[in-house]
Amino acid sequence: MEKIEYLDLYKKMYLIRHFEESCGENYSKGFIRGFLHLYIGEEAIAAGSIAPLREDDYIVTHYRDHGHAIARGLETGPLMAELFGKKTGVSGGKGGSMHLFDASKNFMGGHAIVGAQIPLAAGFALASQYKKKDSITVVYFGDGATNQGTFHETMNLASIWKLPILFFLENNFYGMGTSVEKIRANGKSFGNLAENYGMPSTVVDGMDVLAVKETTEEAIKKIRSGSGPAFIEATTFRYQGHSMADPAKYRTDKELDEWKEKDPLINFHKHLIDQGLATESDIEKVSKAADDDLNKAVKFATESPEPDLDDIKNDIYA
Amino acid sequence: MSEITVRQSIQKGLVEALDADPNVFIMGEDIGDYGGAYAITSGFLEKYGPERIKDTPISEAAFIGAGIGSAAAGLKPIIELMSISFSLVAFDQIVNMAANIRYMSGGQINVPMVIRAPTGAGMQLGATHSQSFETWLCEVPGLKVVAPSNPSDALGLIRSSIKDPNPVIYAESAGLYGLKGDVSDKYYEIEIGKADVRTTGDDITLVSYGHGMPMLEKVAEELDSKGVSSEVIDLRSLSPMDYETVNKSVQKTGRALLLDTSRKTGGVMAELATSVQESSGDYLDGPLLRVGSEDVPWPYNRKLEQHAMSSVPKILKQIEIGYSL
Repeated sequence: MEKIEYLDLYKKMYLIRHFEESCGENYSKGFIRGFLHLYIGEEAIAAGSIAPLREDDYIVTHYRDHGHAIARGLETGPLMAELFGKKTGVSGGKGGSMHLFDASKNFMGGHAIVGAQIPLAAGFALASQYKKKDSITVVYFGDGATNQGTFHETMNLASIWKLPILFFLENNFYGMGTSVEKIRANGKSFGNLAENYGMPSTVVDGMDVLAVKETTEEAIKKIRSGSGPAFIEATTFRYQGHSMADPAKYRTDKELDEWKEKDPLINFHKHLIDQGLATESDIEKVSKAADDDLNKAVKFATESPEPDLDDIKNDIYA
Repeated sequence: MSEITVRQSIQKGLVEALDADPNVFIMGEDIGDYGGAYAITSGFLEKYGPERIKDTPISEAAFIGAGIGSAAAGLKPIIELMSISFSLVAFDQIVNMAANIRYMSGGQINVPMVIRAPTGAGMQLGATHSQSFETWLCEVPGLKVVAPSNPSDALGLIRSSIKDPNPVIYAESAGLYGLKGDVSDKYYEIEIGKADVRTTGDDITLVSYGHGMPMLEKVAEELDSKGVSSEVIDLRSLSPMDYETVNKSVQKTGRALLLDTSRKTGGVMAELATSVQESSGDYLDGPLLRVGSEDVPWPYNRKLEQHAMSSVPKILKQIEIGYSL
């Protein structure tokens, strides 16, 4: 890996974290409304797993989607504008935080019914296979989604049809406020789920961006070669509550503090310095660039117009 | 002209699409080796191969969801549901995904997909296999819903449904697959959203769709024998609905009977009735009449099932009570 790639991973994670912090602030100020789910703590997953994707690969994700969008390279201005409900938003102000889309980057949402995005994602993979292209699809979902029928149905479908799809489980150990232990047969590990459907699976430390990247690269290589779907479970933790409405009383400070010890951003920063992969000045430079980008994004969102009332009936039918 | 059945019309439309466009494929339960529960895709697997005629697991949510994704990626899936009652298992995909995704992406994503599904009661299949959920799907913006009543419309509508860039629900009356009728040999399509005035008349407007239409034909004959002239309208498309054609007719005849073969409560005609009342209320010579099936789970027993269904005697009785005709 080149120095610039390391710095780019750092910059992506830094931008995601600060974007999310800014979302939290702007939610408190009333500029962002509705449900807002922040990705703070989970940045290494989006940054590490999306970096190895090609432009023609598809991404389908869940409602905690800001991190994936930023990692995919969607511009922060239109992203923030979407959260502000503005016409210039990535979804024209009609989607909101949970429904971010950018078809030009094969970023196919942002889906807010738990597990519903999984069959949809299989369709993009099916299209690649049908057209005999070697593009692949990555679908992200949380631990909560693994109890939906759509998850199991699609794992089976993808396996029997050998679809080029990577099932990416972001296990943050809580489905909203309910812990994995409480809702899952067979304990904490999810790897056996994939084995049941004849699919290779790997568990990776979702707080380690390089591990996530490497694991994803290996899986993608296999999928692209036509061997069928694969499954990755990344263990992680969200620092905030489920949404802005959640004070997270169902878990302890101790648990949160233990995860913060493994903070993806702080530890990667340390790793870059310790290993001589980058200097403090390099890191300061990319951080500053991300800060500038974010300031511009908030300004853009603030100054953008709201949709016209006439827009209400547009975009329903093609 | 050729005389063919509704089944043959649908088959013809599917074959044309498969032949014309390599991006068209069909998937569903038992559509390949088995040939389709109602034998619509019989012989297709042999002709087009397993890549284009895809037998699916019994996972409606998964294969409809996959259909949506593949459509969004540029393919043209035609999905067969064994029964429109089975749409319930995939309702989230149909409503939250297929219908909403264009709007919530700000118009970036199209879902050019057709879902074909047999609908309706009358074959003693009991509560879970006899329902008419095209009525529910009409409420959802983003979807189009069509329901042909005869071979000619079946062909014209399957062509336009496949051509449409939006998700279209093509509701097939299970009791009408064997119905024969004349179909033009010249290529034609039927515009989605256009009702058909089957017969013109002056005294009363009769409106239905799908397997309500054979009933209305008999009702019109009965009325004709009493010297009453009926204007019979087949909606053909339930969403969007052709309110204009119906209102124009009611404003001429001053009387209307709207027939649902689904349960009466929440049926398509409830919505149409409101439109007629709003737009043509002043033209009505009496109460606006509506007949629908009983608001009960569909019973298996034949006598009970027939009793629950809309029928010619029920319609005639309603017209007699309402208009003394």
